[in-house]
Amino acid sequence: MTPVLAVEHLTYTYANAREPALRDVSLTVEPGEFVVLAGLSASGKSTLLRAASGLVPHFHGGTFGGRVVVGGLDTREHGPADLACVAGTLFQDPETQVVLGTVRSELAFPLENRGLSASAIARGVEEVALALGVEGLLDRPTAELSGGELQRVALGASVAGRPDLVLLDEPTSQLDPVAGDELVWLLRRLNEEWGTAVVLCEHRLERCLGHADRVIALDRGAVACDGDPRAFLGWAGEHAPALQTPGARLFDRAGLRPLPAGVKQARATLRAHGLLIAEGGAASPSPEEPAPAPRRPKRAVRGAAALLFDRAWFEYPAGRTVLRDVSLAFAPGERVALMGRNGAGKSTLLRHAGGLMEPTRGTVKAAGRVALLLQDPGAYLVHETVAEEAPAAALAAEGLSHLADRHPRDLSGGERQRLALAVVLGSADAHPAHPAAPAVICLDEPTRGMDRGAKGDLVTRLRAFATGAADDPAVIVATHDAELAATFADRVILLADGRPIADGPAAEVLAGGWYFATETARILGGAGGALLPEEGAELLRGRMTIEVAP
Amino acid sequence: MIYRRLATPLHAVRPAVGCLYALALCLAAILSDNPVVLAGVGVAVAVAACGAQVRGGVAKAAKWSLILAIPLALINPLLVRDGLTVVARLGEWGPLGQVDVTLEGIVYGAVLGLRIVVLVAASSLFALTVDPDGLLRLLRRVSFRSALTAVLATRLVPVLAADGRRLADAQKCRADGGGSRVALVRAVATGALDRAVDVAATLEVRGYATAARVGGRRSPREPWSRHDLAFLASAVVVVALALLGRYAGLAGATFYPETTIDAGVPPVAVAVAVVVAAGLPFLDRRGIA
Repeated sequence: MTPVLAVEHLTYTYANAREPALRDVSLTVEPGEFVVLAGLSASGKSTLLRAASGLVPHFHGGTFGGRVVVGGLDTREHGPADLACVAGTLFQDPETQVVLGTVRSELAFPLENRGLSASAIARGVEEVALALGVEGLLDRPTAELSGGELQRVALGASVAGRPDLVLLDEPTSQLDPVAGDELVWLLRRLNEEWGTAVVLCEHRLERCLGHADRVIALDRGAVACDGDPRAFLGWAGEHAPALQTPGARLFDRAGLRPLPAGVKQARATLRAHGLLIAEGGAASPSPEEPAPAPRRPKRAVRGAAALLFDRAWFEYPAGRTVLRDVSLAFAPGERVALMGRNGAGKSTLLRHAGGLMEPTRGTVKAAGRVALLLQDPGAYLVHETVAEEAPAAALAAEGLSHLADRHPRDLSGGERQRLALAVVLGSADAHPAHPAAPAVICLDEPTRGMDRGAKGDLVTRLRAFATGAADDPAVIVATHDAELAATFADRVILLADGRPIADGPAAEVLAGGWYFATETARILGGAGGALLPEEGAELLRGRMTIEVAP
Repeated sequence: MIYRRLATPLHAVRPAVGCLYALALCLAAILSDNPVVLAGVGVAVAVAACGAQVRGGVAKAAKWSLILAIPLALINPLLVRDGLTVVARLGEWGPLGQVDVTLEGIVYGAVLGLRIVVLVAASSLFALTVDPDGLLRLLRRVSFRSALTAVLATRLVPVLAADGRRLADAQKCRADGGGSRVALVRAVATGALDRAVDVAATLEVRGYATAARVGGRRSPREPWSRHDLAFLASAVVVVALALLGRYAGLAGATFYPETTIDAGVPPVAVAVAVVVAAGLPFLDRRGIA
């Protein structure tokens, strides 16, 4: 069988870069394969995808050695436009991947570019719309679509010509977990029904490993592992723990084998070992049980609250209500995760805390300055060098002093996030007792597009800010990432339709759900309130001890 | 200002006709010096905006045009030297020399301001009622790249506006109170370039570069609908009325050296006819989903 993608000894260096982004990469992808590309940030994943789509070297320039053949076309001779017939490409940001005014035009655009007849275009649009479930959006203006809808339409445009291969560069990084899961399921469907080969680069591996036939891991531009998902997880356990999924870490810590590529496999293994605790009737909050009731602000907390929402409402003049009678108190030193689906009111709540919005009814009071880090850290960075962005002491506190001469746009996602944090905290970053120290630190989706290593660093940093002491700031993080919430927060507030529907310790709120639950909790069915692999492994080890005891 | 397909007769016509209709209103505004006829064209645009259910968008655009129209109306009397009827002598104004405000300058300034408002309103009617993607298809055989650039510019406006809002919010959150204006302008420009590069990469992988080679195939001829014919006829009549008013002596106007504006029944009749001609096609709603 002729491979749909063949990469031979590819070494590539971007223009003006000192180090090659890819080093002697050789691999093949067979027709109909579902391949996940794994690796830490800056490991060369995106560059490899861009080489397969022809953007490297035709669009980016640089020094290119070796050979890439896509669907029989050599990328040295054929540019991205030629390759578009055999390989569809989807990038991270949905906003810049849709170029025309309506969904119908967008889906028709690649077919028109290929010079198809009007009837072939109409049929192609209809079929791809049905395949991706966007037929209801066909006449909607693209400017009015949500991020998830836009990404789905962009995927439609990339596969409308029925390419043999589709290349996806972190397509779910800007989406909420529901939209992200849906997109991966769509890819699975295209892979199974149309036989399209998929090469998917993704940081949240637990989302896609269950669908993959094969995983290729890159490390500093070279292929470090190429095998099935279980082989990859075994390799990651030894060589790149940051790439291990929570499920694999749970099994690793508990000494269980084989390592699971997804929740289904994990539960099957536990069931086989008689370790599926929830099924045995262990005490755990099940989805049927009511969520913990929202806590009204306690009088004791109200007096000393770092931030207080008192019956706060926010209604847009056009009529949409985003916050409904929200009463919440955040104590100094408290670590809180705000969760909920898109549009639940998380960002609006933080914007009220930061003073960017005023409640239309009720009050929002903070005990001092509120440092607010919004979703896009790049928007905070407006200077030519890192040193100009924040005081030297703040840079040192964030571990960025060695990057002082660099341009902020040249930093990795994690570094940019830390720099933006230094910008909003200012001098107080280095000296928590500084007069300008904030009473509250709010972060909106701080881990979007971050790899697990960078997330770990951020959690360590945030935990250092709020240790529970009375003079520490309250730290509030709005996130879709249940693993982050479980690692960082001691209180989780679940929002829906602008009001808190659950408010309690992380173990209570995150253990019994499905979307708002960690992978460990989903594997264990919420047993024992275990959220993190380490807690789950301890639970399983205890269970195994009981099982083998005479 | 985003095109949204609505269930109105104007949205139902082919892009070429929608384009001609808006162009006819613009042309009528340019040809009409007589303020009565010009006001009639303005009313015609308003009627069309109501008929196409885009009254809010057109009104907003017209309001913004006042930023240009009012200063122009005020500056014209200060700069023009051709009028004979002096209403105020303002003395020496530095490089402007002796400034005499004339009645003719005031009237012409007002007509100029009104024309700008009508032109902007008619242009916004075009933007809100003509499908840019349809226009791209129409123009791609003539100049694909120019048409695509225009459509992309329209698409990038809301994206860049959202970027601007994000940047403004982020600056309010900086501990140091925000970057300097120069830094902000630089950041905005860099952000726009980043966006443009991303969009260019998307165009590449969608096969845009091959379009020029393969050429756009001509779509099968669509029959002309009654709405196409009605709006085309309306556009022809509006332009004809404007020409008639200007060149047949029905609604003429001269401003310098002395202002003479045709008054009475003829200009009013031309104005009313323009409004009726522009508004009539909206009465036929047959076949509008």
